[in-house]
Amino acid sequence: MATSSSRSCLQYLFHLAHDNLEFRLPEIRSLLALRSKSFHPSENFNEQSPFWCLGSLSEEDVRSVMARSVCAKSAFELWGHGRTHSELRTSLLNYPSEKMRPYMHKESTYKINIESFNKSLLLKDKIKKINALDYLPFEGTVCLTNPQHIFCLLEDYGTDCRNIPEHPNHIYFGRWIADGQRELICSFSVKKRHFIGNTSMNAGLSFIMANHAKVKENDLIFDPFVGTGSLLVACSHFGAYVCGTDIDYNIIHGKGLSSRKNQKWRGPDENIRANLRQYGTEKMYVDVMVSDASKPVWRNTALFDAIITDPPYGIRESTRKTGSHKNITKPPNGTYAESHVPVSQVYHLSDILSDLLNFSAHHLLMGGRLVYWLPVYKPEYCEERIPVHPCLRLISNCEQPLSSHTSRRLITMEKIKEPEELDNPAYVSDGLYQGHNTFRKKYFSARNKKSGKEEEQAQMLMENKIS
Amino acid sequence: MKLLTHNMLTSHVKGVIKGYPLLIKATEVKVNEVEFNPQFVCRMIPKLEWCALVQAADQLGHRQDLPGELVPDYEKNEDFLKKVHRVLMEVEVLEGCLQCPESGREFPISKGIPNMLLNEDEV
Repeated sequence: MATSSSRSCLQYLFHLAHDNLEFRLPEIRSLLALRSKSFHPSENFNEQSPFWCLGSLSEEDVRSVMARSVCAKSAFELWGHGRTHSELRTSLLNYPSEKMRPYMHKESTYKINIESFNKSLLLKDKIKKINALDYLPFEGTVCLTNPQHIFCLLEDYGTDCRNIPEHPNHIYFGRWIADGQRELICSFSVKKRHFIGNTSMNAGLSFIMANHAKVKENDLIFDPFVGTGSLLVACSHFGAYVCGTDIDYNIIHGKGLSSRKNQKWRGPDENIRANLRQYGTEKMYVDVMVSDASKPVWRNTALFDAIITDPPYGIRESTRKTGSHKNITKPPNGTYAESHVPVSQVYHLSDILSDLLNFSAHHLLMGGRLVYWLPVYKPEYCEERIPVHPCLRLISNCEQPLSSHTSRRLITMEKIKEPEELDNPAYVSDGLYQGHNTFRKKYFSARNKKSGKEEEQAQMLMENKIS
Repeated sequence: MKLLTHNMLTSHVKGVIKGYPLLIKATEVKVNEVEFNPQFVCRMIPKLEWCALVQAADQLGHRQDLPGELVPDYEKNEDFLKKVHRVLMEVEVLEGCLQCPESGREFPISKGIPNMLLNEDEV
């Protein structure tokens, strides 16, 4: 691997969290796309590594990405790197001194942090490594509490936790620019949210979905299976105006049994609007409605900047739509009682998905994105089975394993052309999604054979008790 | 229900051809203060059916001085944008119903939330 002894343009180092690995690259790409920038990694780019070197960016681009990313921990202006401390030294001494000087002059204050991936360093070793950087022309004063400039030495000990090397595989040194938004995972945790349900999306994934969808300020976002509004919460935090629908009257009105362990009934402040109020984004709330996603109520024109949703898979919530197979006769005086709950019939997953794609093709603005979860039965999965539509281009497909034989995939699609006629050409090839409860049957089929523990873990993953 | 949403809704009763716009029969309307965001209003205006917006505001008795036609060069007209903002985002129907203009079918609004579900014989 070539050392960076001669570099024509600035490079930035992104330190990513070692979590949700498949979701990271699409997130960073989407956030760069919001700045109309592309992803330009260095020669030896390794997607699995927590350290990514990117070029052809400005510092403003980097700050903008970090203001949104929940996959990236921090970003640095890369000054040097190498496989050994000796290579690092050579690299650093080759970094143009006029680029260093603004951050190292006499009146400045600074500190140097050290971070290691896949190995914990003893304090005395950390101090030793930092002191070994004394060849750098720092003229300012060290200040540990509130320095003007922060630098970081980062050591990469590989990704095999069972085989940790004595010396790092790679070492980086750079000027700290910004941290990512990982603290949102905690501050927006579903555990602290006023209104939750069995299927509320965990905070981290909600923000990742909003990023994959390229949500931006003043967008209008729609979730057709809104549930308790977790996705709306995330989108509103990024400055978008939000609306949603759900067929479940109780969920939309915040009624019924609580999903919390020690609570029987939902309280008066438990509804989607209250959730936005909790996080200070009530002004982004447009509306929620009780509505059947298979029978859309919207004017047939492009309305939404993004459609972000987690459709029901038939595992922990039923898949249904209004209608009945029986011969329905209206009551004699032609009106139903106020409390009449329309009879529902099964809504096959294949129809949910094709309806969703057709709806998106008609109601997304050009360039707008659809982001949704696709449940997958792994033994029968292949890429051809992802639903397709001539007006929507597949952007990314990221897997989150749920159990040994099931996973769900976050699918991102972008509208590339207007639908021509009123016909609806979405194509869902997978027999898995057709037929009554087919995915549900497969999901539960191995359950009886294996120990219940693994299935319980999958269940808990979905229910966010493990984050 | 806000008038921004109402402007985008249409009747989906089976067999109906002219289901837009839905008539609003409100028994309780509230006006909230919502932070004015001119960029958002500008982005929404091209999506609106202007006549339907004016008609809806009229039906609620909250039209005030909203012009009957879209003003040219509205992007720079803060006065105009504020009027649009009030009608789109601040006026809310809390109780009442939406009525299909062709079939007369009513969709109830309760606590600000419309219920657009059709009954099993209507689908």
